[in-house]
Amino acid sequence: MADMPIDRIAKATPPSFARKIRGLSDRTIAWLFVAPTIFLLLAVNIFPLIWTINLSFTDFRANRPTREVEYIGLRNYERILTDGDIWLTMQATAHFLFWTIFLQVLIGFTLAWLINRKFKGNDLWTTLIVLPMMLSPAVVGNFWTFLYQPQIGLFNYGISFLTGIDPSSFQMIGDVALAPWAIVIVDTWMWTPFVMLICLAGLRSIPDYIYEAAEIDRASKWRQFWTITIPMVLPFLMLAILFRGIENFKMFDLVVQLTGGGPGSVTELTSINLKREAFEKWRTGYASAYAIILFVTVFGLASIYVKALNKVKER
Amino acid sequence: MSSYSITEPSVRQKWVAGSLVIAYAVITLLPLVWILTTGFKSPVDAIAYPPKVMFEPSLEGYVNLFTTRTRVSPEQLQALPPPATWYEEIVRNRDMVIAGPSRYGERFLNSVIIGFGSTFLSVFLGTLAAYAFSRFKVPLKDDLLFFILSTRMMPPIAVAIPIFLMFRTLGLSDTHLGMILLYTAVNISLAVWLLKGFIDEIPREYEEAALIDGYTRFQAFYKVVLPQAATGIASTAIFCLIFSWNEYAFAVLLTSGTAQTAPPFIPTIIGVGGQDWPAVAAGATLFLVPVMVFTILLRKHLLRGITFGAVRK
Repeated sequence: MADMPIDRIAKATPPSFARKIRGLSDRTIAWLFVAPTIFLLLAVNIFPLIWTINLSFTDFRANRPTREVEYIGLRNYERILTDGDIWLTMQATAHFLFWTIFLQVLIGFTLAWLINRKFKGNDLWTTLIVLPMMLSPAVVGNFWTFLYQPQIGLFNYGISFLTGIDPSSFQMIGDVALAPWAIVIVDTWMWTPFVMLICLAGLRSIPDYIYEAAEIDRASKWRQFWTITIPMVLPFLMLAILFRGIENFKMFDLVVQLTGGGPGSVTELTSINLKREAFEKWRTGYASAYAIILFVTVFGLASIYVKALNKVKER
Repeated sequence: MSSYSITEPSVRQKWVAGSLVIAYAVITLLPLVWILTTGFKSPVDAIAYPPKVMFEPSLEGYVNLFTTRTRVSPEQLQALPPPATWYEEIVRNRDMVIAGPSRYGERFLNSVIIGFGSTFLSVFLGTLAAYAFSRFKVPLKDDLLFFILSTRMMPPIAVAIPIFLMFRTLGLSDTHLGMILLYTAVNISLAVWLLKGFIDEIPREYEEAALIDGYTRFQAFYKVVLPQAATGIASTAIFCLIFSWNEYAFAVLLTSGTAQTAPPFIPTIIGVGGQDWPAVAAGATLFLVPVMVFTILLRKHLLRGITFGAVRK
C-alpha cells in the first residue's frame, strides 16, 4: 500500500475510535455471530437434556405415548443403582476401558518413539498408520466379524499361522472368554494411531538442547528417557487418555456391529445396555435416569481428570 | 538442526526403527487391504480356506451391491433372451435374474446430502461464532466455550431418547433436514474450537489496518479474515464431513426408510445364508475410499482436528 499522507493520518487514528464511528457496533456483531450457535446447541442439546432429567422421574414409555405418565420420584435411580445387571455392564465397560487404553498407550507411545527416530519416509508411514481411525467404526466393525470367522477369517488364519493353533478351534466373537478381547483388539487396532499422533507431537515438542545438555552431563540414554522424555510427554499422553476415555465410555457403533453385546451380555457396554433399555424394552423413564447417571459419571470423572492434567502441566 | 547434532539417531537406530514401524503399518493395513480385495472376489474365493491372496478378479460383489436379484429355475432361464449386458451375464451365471436396483445408491446419496448439508451449516455457523470468540469480549466467554465442548461428552444414545421424542413431535423423524440439524449440532463444537484456533493465529493487525482503511467490521471479516482462514476452514470442513459420514448411532436410531445413511445400511447387505461378503466389501470400499483420500489431504492438520485444537504442533 502506498504511503500517502492520508494513510499516515489513518494509521495514527486509534482503532477503537475508528471502529466506533461506522457500521454495526462490535457488540452487536459479536451477538449476531454467536447467537445461532448457542441457539442450536440449546435446542438440540440443552433442551433435550432437561427433558431427559424430567423423564427420568417418570414411568414414561415412548412406544405408548398415549398412556398416562406418572411421576415416580427417584425410583428409577434407585432401581438402576441396585440392579446387578447394570453392575455387570459397568464391569464389562471397565474391562474394555482399561485394556484399550493400556494397549493403545503402550503401542501408540512405542510407535511414536520409533517414528521420532526420523528415519526416511516416516511421514508417509505415519499417514498410512493413521488410516484406520478415520474410517466408519460401524462399517469397519461389521467387516471385522468376517475377519474373525473361524477357519476362513483372516484373523484366525493369521493366529494359526503364527502359533500353529487350529484356526477353526476358536471363535473370537462367539466365545464368552474371548469376546471381551475381540472388541479390545479391534478398538486398539483402530485407535492406537490416535495416541501415537499425540505422543509424536509431545516428543517433537521437546527441544534438542535439553538432550544435548544431558549428553554433556553424561546422563545415560536410559536416564534421559526417564527424566526428560517421559515427563515432557506426560501431559500429551494424559490428554490422549482423556480423549480415549471419554470416547470409549460412549462406545457404541464399533461394538454393536462386532458382537451386539453378546455372547450373552459379556460385551454389553453401557451404551449398548442403555440402547436396549431405551429402544428395545422402551423403558424410556428408566433409560433417561440411566442416561443422566452416565452423563454425571463421565462429566465428574473428566473434571477430576482435567484438574490432575492441569497440575501435571504446571510442573 | 545440523546433521552433526549429538542427538541425531544413528543410522542403525533409524534402520531398526523404520523396519519396526513399517512392519506395524503392513499388519495394521491388512484388514483394509482385505476389504478392498474381498470386493473383487467371487463368493467362493471370499470364503476359501486358506484365505486367498491371489484370485481371479470378479465384479460380482459390485453387481450384487447395486442390484436385487431373484432366483429362477433352469427352464425359465433357458426361455429368457440372452443377457444384454455384462452385469446381467454375471447374475445369470448364478441362476438368477436382476429384479431391480438395490437401495445402496440411495443410502450413499443420503450420506452425501446429510454430510455436505451439515458440514456447510456447521462450518458457516462455526466460523461466525469462532470469529466472535476470537476477537470480541463475549460475556461468559470461557463458560460458553466449555459448554460448547461439554455437549460432546454425552453418549449419543443418552441424547437420542429426547431427540427421538422431539423429532417425532416436530415431524423431523427420518428426514434429511432432521439429520442435518442434528449432525450440525454435534459438529458445531468441533467447528467452533478448531476455527477459533485458526482465527487466533491470524494477526489482528490485518483487520485493524483494514478498519483504518475504511472497511466496516463486517467487510474486514469477510474480505480479510476469511481468505486468511481459508485453509483452516477447509480442514475443519473435512473433519465435520468425516464425522457425519461415519456417524452410526443417531442414524440407526432416528432413520429407517427415507433418510437412512450408508453406515447402518452396509452391514445389512445379505446374500444366501448370511452376509454377502463381496457385496459388503464392495459397499464398504466405495464408502471408505473417499475418507482415505481426505485423510491424506488433511495430514498436516490431522492432529489438531482429532484433539479439538488442543494440540496444534
